[in-house]
Amino acid sequence: MVTSELGGAADFATVAASGEAGDSAAAAACTAAGAAINTAVDLCGIRLDNPVIPASGTFGYGYEFAELFDINELGTFSFKGTTAEPRFGNPTPRIAECPAGMLNSVGLQNPGAQAVKDIELPRLKQVFFKPVMANVSGFSVDDYVYTVSLLEDEAQIGWFEINISCPNVHGGGMSFGTSAAAAAEVIAAVRKVTKKPVLAKLSPNVTDVAEIARACEAAGADGISLINTLLGMRIDLKRRRPVLANTTGGLSGPAVLPVALRMVYQVSQAVRVPVVGMGGISSARDVLEMMMCGATAVEVGAANLVDPFASLKIVRALPDALAELGVNDINDIIGAALQR
Amino acid sequence: MKQCIFEITDNRPIADSVYLLSLSGDTSAVSAPGQFVNLRLDGFYLRRPLSVFDCSAGRLRLIYKVVGEGTAALARLAPGTTLDVLTGLGNGYDLSASGPAPLLIGGGAGVPPLYWLCRELVRRGAEPRVVLGFNSAKDVFCEREFRELCGGRVTVCTVDGSYGVKGFVTDHLPEDYSYFYTCGPEPMLRAVARTAATSGELSFEERMGCGFGACMGCSCRTLTGNKRICREGPVLKKEEIIW
Repeated sequence: MVTSELGGAADFATVAASGEAGDSAAAAACTAAGAAINTAVDLCGIRLDNPVIPASGTFGYGYEFAELFDINELGTFSFKGTTAEPRFGNPTPRIAECPAGMLNSVGLQNPGAQAVKDIELPRLKQVFFKPVMANVSGFSVDDYVYTVSLLEDEAQIGWFEINISCPNVHGGGMSFGTSAAAAAEVIAAVRKVTKKPVLAKLSPNVTDVAEIARACEAAGADGISLINTLLGMRIDLKRRRPVLANTTGGLSGPAVLPVALRMVYQVSQAVRVPVVGMGGISSARDVLEMMMCGATAVEVGAANLVDPFASLKIVRALPDALAELGVNDINDIIGAALQR
Repeated sequence: MKQCIFEITDNRPIADSVYLLSLSGDTSAVSAPGQFVNLRLDGFYLRRPLSVFDCSAGRLRLIYKVVGEGTAALARLAPGTTLDVLTGLGNGYDLSASGPAPLLIGGGAGVPPLYWLCRELVRRGAEPRVVLGFNSAKDVFCEREFRELCGGRVTVCTVDGSYGVKGFVTDHLPEDYSYFYTCGPEPMLRAVARTAATSGELSFEERMGCGFGACMGCSCRTLTGNKRICREGPVLKKEEIIW
């Protein structure tokens, strides 16, 4: 639809929106042209004012960024991957630069589930007033179940995002996420101990991502998020050794966007549950591409590390990017590129 | 921390592969010597962290060594070019611990952050001793700047003896000092920590992702808990370091 045709209706919608969604949301939903653009989406029964979610591992537990801007302007964010026990992670160097991206092998450094419950979440509550996405990692099915059970009663947690890209120490060290059976086992076990929506975060380092997605959906996942990082490495020419102390690491940044779009497109056609798309998103246009591939919401990762205001800038650019396409409601573009 | 646009006012070599970069812009977030800034460069995904050589209202000076493609690209930028800079990163040195006669020990590319520190210490009435170490005569920089602040209390040494006195910085530490501050390559930091008679502070380097504490790329273990070099560092106290 062309926005100019809807001038009167749009003005009316603006008034209606300000009554319902509060001043800041209404202001964010208005473009300079005066047309009301809806950016709110529903993710597994929980409203997001906009679909932009800083990805786990690029946003800590939120308050470093809360010192810089009001993080309530975001849809939500996915907090740092949390494990049953505290972890220091891998030796350094943990970071290597790449053309249009970076490798990381942080190794899930985090203070552990109990400290997240006792220290990080109470601190977050002071600055963030929306449901937060809890990213959970583990090295055995019991690990995942322990962490989710411990955090289940935390009112601020809206969703559990289960990172199944971790090695299964009881399964020969192979990642849960590379086997449909192992992925389903984790999701089914977690499903039993929480009433909150469960998202399965998939690894792209697999032969058939749609098969894993279907297995997670069948095991009770309420949504699928993807892609985690792509396994890669770089060599230090002078030392003749890998740059990363851990030899390999996960590639993220604009370099992976096309791969992420392809996989989100494939998974969106394979499952009925909502899909959260991520991988290399750095602009509002990237968000729209991802949503046209079927994503209900998106996560922004590496871009936050290069520009701490990246997610905020994307949120603010979304209404104009939609208006440019003549779209009044962001929900209208979800899956627009899928073959029906 | 603040994200600001700075304009290059000067960018010139001052020693072999070493450049002095002068910038004008908002320096209000830069609060202590020993802090660093993180520059975004066209064509490179990650920012480049550089320690602050000198800072005053609206004026920031950085010294960097060309060690790779990013710093080589930086060296080609002309005055008038603008840069996206994250400022006021890291903890910086604790000036209140210096005592009357602090010792400043800099090695190579680790010399720059000690200059602003030295200036601030002198302004507060301290009488710093300075030992600067370089590989060779062609690598020496900033001797004059330190002499203007500390006169005869500055020792310059080179590993090959081609300038100043021959040897490592630890071969030429003075007898009496109240505290030490140092920055340089890690083997030098280790030697200084082992040799120094007093308590002190050491500034560390690590490959960083973000530079402001979000990615956990530069973590290290200390006796006072896990720290991020970019946020709880880059300056650590001698007593907390696990070598």
